[in-house]
Amino acid sequence: MEFKDYYKALGVKRDATADEIKRAFRKAARKYHPDINTSADAEAKFKDVNEAYEVLSDPEKRAAYDQLGAEPPRGAGGYQPPPGWDSGFAFSEGGPGPEGAFSDFFETLFRRGGAAGGHRASGRGADSHAQLMIDIEDAYRGAARTLTMRSPVVGPDGAVTLQERSVSVSVPKGIMQGQHIRLAGQGASSFGGGPAGDLFLEVSFAPHPIYRPEGKDLHLDLPVAPWEAVLGGHVVMPTPGGKVDLRIPESARTGQKLRLKGKGLPGTPAGDIYATLKIVNPKVTTEEARAFFEEMAKVMPFDPRAHLGG
Amino acid sequence: MKKATRRSDIVDALSLPDLCRFCEADEAWVIELVEHGVLEPHGSTAQTWRFRGANIVRAKKARRLNRDLGINTAGVALVLELLEERDRFLRRLARYEAI
Repeated sequence: MEFKDYYKALGVKRDATADEIKRAFRKAARKYHPDINTSADAEAKFKDVNEAYEVLSDPEKRAAYDQLGAEPPRGAGGYQPPPGWDSGFAFSEGGPGPEGAFSDFFETLFRRGGAAGGHRASGRGADSHAQLMIDIEDAYRGAARTLTMRSPVVGPDGAVTLQERSVSVSVPKGIMQGQHIRLAGQGASSFGGGPAGDLFLEVSFAPHPIYRPEGKDLHLDLPVAPWEAVLGGHVVMPTPGGKVDLRIPESARTGQKLRLKGKGLPGTPAGDIYATLKIVNPKVTTEEARAFFEEMAKVMPFDPRAHLGG
Repeated sequence: MKKATRRSDIVDALSLPDLCRFCEADEAWVIELVEHGVLEPHGSTAQTWRFRGANIVRAKKARRLNRDLGINTAGVALVLELLEERDRFLRRLARYEAI
């Protein structure tokens, strides 16, 4: 288990007042909220900030935490709290939000045997939510994934342990970014003997070097040679669904958009692929090629800047 | 580790009670989101409303912003609009930077 410096997480001094802690938390929560901040580590930072505030905003929890002192020197086996560290403090155990949302450090120190969050009066277990990142290619073919879910379980002695379980997910063909997959009965188990909640997975696509997804459509830039753009003709273009033959019209320009109907993400109807043409010059490495361009300059009177006037 | 294989399906459309359960929100709050134009369900009455696709993700985001940052409905509506605008610009920017 890793020691968590909650004061550092909020960027406040150890003797900060309750108001200072609240201000620091609100500012950090806005900054790192994963719906606002798109950087990769925002979610982890947001979690740290929330966990720190959960402890430091509660006078009893804060006092118990302060009792632990600063981070001890690192030893083998990670951090262990000294025995009896919380004696004399009467904080209510447990925290808000889904179980497992906080670190092992928090779970061990502050959630032992406490009432689990999200417990429903009807006896039904709480739903769980998670993210699932897949490749665009997976959405074309469908895919199978195995997720490892961790959830705290209260043992007979009241101690909380994090139990791991693996969940198999079949990702249906044609799924879009932002859609949810429901796994019935894979959420939190019920404490009253009722049915378990459901697990919802929000699907997102891993950034792709070529394709930009928009709903069921895919966009890409398609490089073409100057002669392909001028003369037109057929080019072979790879797509996640396989190679396709694409007709370039005569006198095509850079930025021109060509649509490949039904070649986007599968479905009824299937999405389209939009290829934006980009004319790319060949690298001139030989004398012969250079002479060829010089010849073009001579043969073709062309002023690409004519429309600029002057 | 316990191995589990169960059925999985795509969440296509949710009724008002289903969306409330999904977002852990009450009906009054979801109705307020509809009144602010944040959510646009199909169907004419709250009993027949069906929330689909992007509306489900928006509701979830709205709930998180409300719960985590204490933003009220009008504020959530504005933040979501600005975030969507920003995401559009970031996508366009990414295109030009790639060229």
